[in-house]
Formats: sequence, C-alpha cells, structure tokens
Amino acid sequence: MAEVLLSEAERTFIVHGIQDNIRADGRSCEDYRHMELETDVVSNTSGSARIRLANTDILVGVKAELAIPASDRPDEGRIEFFVDCSANATPKFEGRGGEEFATEISNILSRAYDNQGSLNLKDLCVIPKQQCWVLYVDVMVLECGGNVFDVVSFAVKAALHNTRIPNITVHADDNGRTELELSDDPYDCKRVDVHKTPSIVTVSKIGHFHVVDASMEEEACCLARLMLGITEQSTVTAIKKEGSGSLDPESIYDMMETGKRVGQAVNATLYQKLQEEEKLGPNKRKAGFLG
Amino acid sequence: MLSSVNLPGGELRRRSEEDERLMRDYLAEGDLISAEVQQVFSDGSLSLHTRSLKYGKLSQGTLIQVSPSLVKRRKTHFHNLPCGASIILGNNGYIWISPTVNEDTDNTGGFVQNLEPVASSDRDIIARLRNCVLALAEHKMLLFDTSVLYTYEASSAYPVKDLLKPEVMADIVNLTEMRLEAEG
Repeated sequence: MAEVLLSEAERTFIVHGIQDNIRADGRSCEDYRHMELETDVVSNTSGSARIRLANTDILVGVKAELAIPASDRPDEGRIEFFVDCSANATPKFEGRGGEEFATEISNILSRAYDNQGSLNLKDLCVIPKQQCWVLYVDVMVLECGGNVFDVVSFAVKAALHNTRIPNITVHADDNGRTELELSDDPYDCKRVDVHKTPSIVTVSKIGHFHVVDASMEEEACCLARLMLGITEQSTVTAIKKEGSGSLDPESIYDMMETGKRVGQAVNATLYQKLQEEEKLGPNKRKAGFLG
Repeated sequence: MLSSVNLPGGELRRRSEEDERLMRDYLAEGDLISAEVQQVFSDGSLSLHTRSLKYGKLSQGTLIQVSPSLVKRRKTHFHNLPCGASIILGNNGYIWISPTVNEDTDNTGGFVQNLEPVASSDRDIIARLRNCVLALAEHKMLLFDTSVLYTYEASSAYPVKDLLKPEVMADIVNLTEMRLEAEG
C-alpha cells in the first residue's frame, strides 16, 4: 500500500526514531493515533458505524436478513463480509484497482470471526434447518491513510454492537405451515454481543523493532508485518504475515505478545466508548455522514 | 536536463557529460532537495536552481505537506528556530523539519549525508514542531516562523503525543492567534 517515496536519510531517521521509542509524531511504539467513532450513521441498515483514524476513514453497515442455514450448521446463523474500496480513497483504487485489497480485507475478517467464541451464531437461529439470520456486513473504505485493517475491524465491531435484529415469533397458521412474524416495535429487538469479537492489530517490523498503527511513511520502511485478530480476553483468533521480508521466530513471538497486549487494551477502550456513546441516548449530537 | 553543477567545496562549473552520467550517484528517485524555482515554462515544467551550498539534498528530518496557500510568502524560507530545530517553509506547501543546521559546518549542499542517529532530545523537539505545524494547518492558520514558534511555546504545557488530539490543537492554536493579534 505504500505510495510514499522516502529518501535514505528520511528512512534512517524513522528507523532510528523507532529504536528510541520516539516516532515522528511523538508517539511511542504501542500508541494509536487519535480516533473518532460514530454509530448509527446509515438509516436503512440494521446497524452501522463510521470510524476516522488520522487519514483513514471507514464506514460499515450491517444488514440482517433471513435465509436458509448451511446444511452442515443447521442451528447456526452466518456472518458474511463484503468490502468495497472506494476510488476516492487513494489513486491506486481507480477502476478495479481496489479489488485485490478488498478481497484481502474480507478474507482476514472472515478468518478472524470464523471460530466458536467470537459471535454467538446459535443465537441467530430462528427455526433449525429452515430459517436463520444472516448478518451481511458491508465495509466501505472511504479514505486510505495507513493501517486500514485495524480501523476496519474496529468499525465492524462498532457496527455489530449497534445492530438491532427484530424479534421473531414463530407460530403455525391455519394450514399447519409455520409462519414467522417480525415484531413491528423498533425497540423489541435483540442485540449482537460483541464482547468476544476480535479486533485486528497490525504489528509492523521496522528495523529490529516493531510498531503498532504505522503511518504511511512508516509503512514504507516496513518489510514485514503481522496481522493478528485479538479479542478482549487476549485470545488470538487469526494470524497472517504479510510483506516481502522474513521474520525470525523470536520476532514473531515478541510481535504476538505486543499485539495481544495492545489488542486487549484497544478492545477494552473501544467497548467502553461504545457504551458511553449509547448512554448519550437518542438526543445526542450527531455529526452524521451525509452532511 | 542538467545545466551546471555545484561541486562539493562550492565551485560552480558548466556541465560535462561525465557529470550527467554521475548524477544518479548523488540524487535518485525519492530524494528530497531544497531548491529555488528559476523559471516556469508554458508546458508546466520547472527549472530548479541550487544557487549555493545551503540548498541541495536534504538529510535527516521529517516532511509535512500542507496546502501551499497556508505558507506566508517571505524573503527567507530557511529558519533556525531558537527551540533547537531548523525548518524550511517551502512555497509549495512542503515543510521540512530537521535538527539544527550549523551554518558553517553543515552547508555541504547535500554531498555529505549525516546518517548518525539523532539525539532523543532533538527528536522530541522535531516531533513537537511537527504536531504544531499540523495543528496550524488544520485550523487554516498562516504558517511563518513566528506563528510556528508561538504555537511551539503554547504547546509546552502538553506532552508531545497529546498534541494529536483535536481539543488540544484548538487550544494551542487559539493561544497563538491571541498572541499574534495582541502584537498587531
């Protein structure tokens, strides 16, 4: 993703800075930049969220729809991820340039969420073998300013927290067929529990040290990075190594420990902020998305 | 197209073919230079001049890009700030912050690159200046040596990484604005 050209002296400056734990903007190696989050920004979805971290802007919408469950998992619902990289995000995404990147993001999200602990999929079942809820998560990358994977996972977590699934009553009608009745009451709904959902933390190796939340310039100096799916309970749900450089097994271990520590802290903070935002109630001041 | 060459030591000479061939040893794609624009041609191309050894390839430091309209047009663009760093406010909106340039010893035109690790105290100053410049740019304030310096002084109340928060940025920019207005 690095489109930034750096001179050798700039590169040296960045690498030495990370050695001293003082990055270009004064952060330490484990600090995230300032993040702004807002949920419930898109009205015709079951849940939505928008997050802005420095120059990276991600919008996520979740739609819950009824479908037939998979034959090998008859009593569980599903979650499916679709990512769209807007051509406005960066010049590389012009035309079909963003498709490869989008596939990468949706793959890692699917892997991070594909385990028993993250989401209670049994809760999404309506009638075993016949009907279940499918959560379609649509991610839009509006602006690309480095560290897209992390921000996408935070936005997905926030949107899932904001999702309201209407409650369904099942009853047999006159002809003996089962009928599903969706509740009309907008407050009669169930929520998705995001306590155990993972967030992706990207740990980039620069020189002999590693950093979390690399800026565009730091990404240009990085030859190898590790993307970890970490839950608030410090469980690693997915791990992916990216980049042309190689990693020593010891480095991988150190990076994983850093990722777990940072992931646990960022998950806890995110959840706390989501609770705080919800407490503001329906009268909160909305910055909104469409003006 | 190379027209003349400044040699290490300050000698100016018309180009020879050997100079053109060896240029890539000195400058490659991605290198940062400071230069003056001598002429802008009708097709949009520029002719750049490095008239003295204070111009040339830039060494260690940080680059920030802001809108060109925010940089005040001044006679000098190179400033050695009293806080302990040097800043170049380019008219194209490219701002370069580096450790203090010693006029006599360091002006080598970029032929000698100093790749020694920069001290932590200097890094701190550079990071703080960087965040101050970004705060001014965010609030659409004009960038010149005095405004940057005042913002730096106003920011000393906060740790460097807090300067990334919008409320802190607004606070220091406000203080700077008031101070500049008071001076008239």
